[in-house]
Amino acid sequence: MRLALTVNGETRELITPVHKTLLEVLREDLFLTGTKHGCELGECGTCTVLVDGEPVVSCLALPAECQGRRIETVEGMAESGRLHPLQQAFAELGAAQCGYCTPGILLTAKALLAERAVPTREEIRQALAGNLCRCTGYTKILDAVELAALRMRGGSVGAGAGPRPEGASS
Amino acid sequence: MSKRFSVVGHSLPKIDAWAKVTGETKYADDLVLPRMAYGKLLRSPHPHARIVRIDTTRAVALPGVYAVITGRDLPRVKFGILPVSQDEEALCTDKVRMVGDAVAAVAAVDEETAERATELIDVEYAPLPALMSIEEALSHPDVRIHEYGDGPNVHKAVSLQFGDVDAAFAASDLVREDVFFFEGNTHLPLEQHAAVAQWGPDGKLTLWSSTQTPHYVHRLLGKILDMPQAHIRVIAAPVGGGFGGKLDPFAHEIAACKLSQVTGRPVKIALTREEVFYVHRGRHPVLMWVKTGFRKDGAITGMHFRTWLDGGAYGSYGVASTFYTGALQTVTYKIPVYKFEGARVFTNKPPCGPKRGHGTPQPRFAMECQLDKAAEQLGLDPADMRRRNLAEPFTKTANHLTVTTIGLGECIDRVVEASGWRRKWKALPRGKGIGIACSSYLTGAGTAIYWNDMPHSGVVVRADRSGGVSVLCGATDIGQGSDSVLAYLVAEVLGIEPKDIRVHVADTDLTPVDLGSYSSRVTLMAGNAAIQAAERLRAKIFEAVATKLEVEPTSLVARNRRVFVADDEDRGMSFQDAVVLGESRHGVLAFPGSYAPPKRTGKYKGGGVGPSPCYSYSACVVEVDVDEQTGEVKPTEVWIAHDVGRALNPLLVEGQVEGSVYMGLGEVLMEEQVFRKGVHKIPSLLEYKSPTTLETPEIHTILVETEDPDGPFGAKEAGQGPLLPVIPAVANAVWDAVGVRVDEIPITPDKVLKGLELQRQGKAARVGPERLPLFAFPTPRPVESAFGQPAEDIAVRPFAS
Repeated sequence: MRLALTVNGETRELITPVHKTLLEVLREDLFLTGTKHGCELGECGTCTVLVDGEPVVSCLALPAECQGRRIETVEGMAESGRLHPLQQAFAELGAAQCGYCTPGILLTAKALLAERAVPTREEIRQALAGNLCRCTGYTKILDAVELAALRMRGGSVGAGAGPRPEGASS
Repeated sequence: MSKRFSVVGHSLPKIDAWAKVTGETKYADDLVLPRMAYGKLLRSPHPHARIVRIDTTRAVALPGVYAVITGRDLPRVKFGILPVSQDEEALCTDKVRMVGDAVAAVAAVDEETAERATELIDVEYAPLPALMSIEEALSHPDVRIHEYGDGPNVHKAVSLQFGDVDAAFAASDLVREDVFFFEGNTHLPLEQHAAVAQWGPDGKLTLWSSTQTPHYVHRLLGKILDMPQAHIRVIAAPVGGGFGGKLDPFAHEIAACKLSQVTGRPVKIALTREEVFYVHRGRHPVLMWVKTGFRKDGAITGMHFRTWLDGGAYGSYGVASTFYTGALQTVTYKIPVYKFEGARVFTNKPPCGPKRGHGTPQPRFAMECQLDKAAEQLGLDPADMRRRNLAEPFTKTANHLTVTTIGLGECIDRVVEASGWRRKWKALPRGKGIGIACSSYLTGAGTAIYWNDMPHSGVVVRADRSGGVSVLCGATDIGQGSDSVLAYLVAEVLGIEPKDIRVHVADTDLTPVDLGSYSSRVTLMAGNAAIQAAERLRAKIFEAVATKLEVEPTSLVARNRRVFVADDEDRGMSFQDAVVLGESRHGVLAFPGSYAPPKRTGKYKGGGVGPSPCYSYSACVVEVDVDEQTGEVKPTEVWIAHDVGRALNPLLVEGQVEGSVYMGLGEVLMEEQVFRKGVHKIPSLLEYKSPTTLETPEIHTILVETEDPDGPFGAKEAGQGPLLPVIPAVANAVWDAVGVRVDEIPITPDKVLKGLELQRQGKAARVGPERLPLFAFPTPRPVESAFGQPAEDIAVRPFAS
C-alpha cells in the first residue's frame, strides 16, 4: 500500500505491504533502526515511539493509522546535533548499559516530561512501568530522568557524575 | 578517589554512551547487506522423537524461496561448547530431544516467505517417551536421551572430598541437614539473538552475531562447517544483553552460514522472542541437600553438599555448571573440611547453561539460608555469626582454591550500619522483615574451556603521528562497559583522555583473541593485557622523549596529554609530539599485551573449575513486606556492599551492582522457566514475570575497595557476584517477617500462603522439597584439605614480563 508518514518532522512516501507494523516500516523501509524490538507483541515497551507526543508500542501500531500524525523516533530527539537533555543525562549517568531498551525508555520519558515538568520519582516509576530493562535495575534510569527534568527547567545540576567538559560532546 | 589517577576512579560516561542514547549503535539485527536473504528455522514440536523423514519439496517450490537445508546438508559432526560434551547438531538428523530443536532451515526473499516455507516442510516424527524432571530421568534408564555420560540420562556425576567431614560432624555442637530447590530461570536479554552470515566468492566466511564469545564461535565453526578456521571471520556486534545467554554456538548462526554458502547471498536469521525462550542455556533447576556442622559460636566445622541439576537436552556448559554448584561454597567462610557430590541429569527440555553467577546462586541460596537457620538455633545474630567466621585473606580453601584479598568484613559492617540492622532484626512488626546474606564470585575463570597455554586475553595498543591511539581487543561489550574500561586503562597509562582513544573489539580478523564476556573475566584479563600493552608503548615513547630532553626515561611522566619531567610540566611536550618522536625513533608503534591467569589449578579431577585470579565479595541486606492475605512478598529496600577491589569507574560498578540486585530480585520472587509436556508454559515477556520499575525497590550500593594485587589497578569483578546474596537475603527476610521458611526459589505467593497455613496448623512452617532422588554418587578419591595453607606467590603468571 502507498503511505505518507511524517517521521521526525520529515514526510516520507513509501509503498509497503499492508500487513507491516509501524515498527517494521520504521526499521525496514525507512532504515530507522534506532527503534528496537523485544517481543513484537506489545509487552516490553522496547519499540516505543511517540505518535502525536504519546508513547505508542510501534509493534502493535498500523502505519496507515499513523498517517497525518507526528511520529517521533530516537533519531529525532537530538536537534541540530544537540542531544536532548534526556539523552545527555542517560549518557552521563550510565542509564544505558546494553542500550537496547534505551530508545523506548527515552521516548516514554520525553512524553512524561512534556506532561509533567517536575515528576516525582514515583511518577517516573509509573510512567516507565511498561518499559522493561534487564541491565540497569532501573536506578540510574530514574536518576537520569530526574536530572534531565531538573536541567530542562533550568535548575542547577548537582549530580555527582557530571561529565568533564569534553566528555559531553559526542 | 585517589590523586594518583587521572582517569581511574572517576565516574565517567561510557565511551559508547553517545551512540546508545541516539540509536546509533548497530546491533546484529540492524545490519542490512545488499541482496540479503532472510532465514528461518523449522523447530521440533515434540520433546523427544525419532525423525523418520524430512521432505522439503513443497518448501523449495514456494516462490521467493532461495534454499532449504536440513542436517544432511551439513557435515555430520556433533559439537558442543565444552570438549567433553560434543552432543549437538545445528539441524537434528536422527532425533529431536526437546521442543524447539531445529530440524531444517530456509532462506527466502523475506522473513514472511521464509516462515511460510518452513510450514511447507513435511517432517515425520516417531515420538519417544519424554523425560521432564530429574526424578523421571533417573527412574527411566530404559529411555535414553543421549548415549554418553556417567550413567543412563546422567550427563555428569562428580564426587570430591577434602578431609573427613564425618569426623567434623561428630565433633560439632550442631549439625543441620537441609534440602532446597532452585527452579530454573532464563536470561531474558531484551535483544533477541540475530546473526548475519556472508560467504564470499573467495570461499571465505564472515559472521556477524550477537554473541558474548566470538572466539569460541570462531573456533567451533571451523569444526562444524568442516573448513579451515583461517577462512572464517567472526565479528560480535554490540550485544543487547547477554547474562550468559549468548555464550554457545547456536543453530541459527550455523544455518545462516550454510544458507549463505548455498544461496550466494548474505543471510540473516533473527530469532523471535519465543525462540529465545527455547534457545535458553539459562539457570539450571537444582535440587540440593546440605549437611553442615557448627560450633556453639557459629563456626563451621565441615560441610557436605549434594546437588542434582536438571540439565535439559544437551551438555552445553553443564559439566562446568555441575562443578560450580560445589566450587565456591568455601571461599566466604572458614570451612576446614568439605565434601561435594553433584549430578547433572538430561531431560527433554531446553538445555541449561551459564546464567549470571553460573551454577553458584543455587548453592549460595541453600548455604546462606541454612546459616540463618543455624544462627537461629544457636541464638546468634546472623550478621555477627557470618562476620566472625570469614575466610582468611591470602590462604587456600579446603578445595585448594587460593583466595587473595577479602573485603567481606567491611561489606558486612557497612550494610549492617546503613540498613539499621541492629535495631530492625527481630524487631520489626509482623509482616515486615529484614534478612542478610553474603557471597563471593570469580574474577575470571582460571582456565579456558579448552586446555591450552595461550593468553586468555590479548590487546594491541597502537599510536601514530596523529596523536591518536587505537586499542584492539577480542573482548565483547555486552553492556557492562568493557570497551570503556579498556579506554580508561590505556588513557590512564598514557596520560591522555578516554576520548583520544578508539577501541576496536570482537573481530577475529583484526583483534587479538579474548575468550569472551563470561565468568566476570574481561575487566581483569583484558584490562591487565591493555595495561601491559600501553606500558610497552609508553616505554618506547619515553625512550625517545628522554633522548631528546637529555633526561632519564624514568624521570618522565605522561599526564594531561603531555609527556614531561616529573614535577616540571613545562619541561616536556604534547603527547602528539612525543608520539612523533617515538615513531621517528622506533618506526611503527604497535605493542601487544597478553594475560593469562596464575596457574592455580587444584591437583584433582575437577580442580580446573573454581580457581580465579581473585574473588569479589558482597554482603546484602533486604527489607521486605509480606502480605499475609495474598502471600505477596514486596522488597522495600536493598542495601548491598560489594568488594570490587578498586572501582575503575564507580558509576559503572554501581550500575553492575544495581543490575545484579534487580536480577536477583526477579529470580527470588517471580522468574521461572517451566514446561508442560515439553512446551514452555510462558514463553513471552508478559507471562514470564520479570520486575518492572514498580517491583524494583530503591537500591543502596556501597563500594568497598581492597586493591587486589592481581587486578588491573587492583580491580575485581562487579557484574555477577552482587546477584548472589540477594536471593537468600530475601528468603531470610521472609522468615524474619512472618516466620515462614520457603526453601524453594522462586518464593511465590502460593508458597508463602502454604507456609502461613502450616504455621496456623501448628506445624513446621517450612515449604520446600520433601524428598530426594535415589542416586548413588561415585565414590570420591579423598584429597587432603588445603584449608588455611598460605597462598602461593601471586605474581607468578605467564606473560607477566
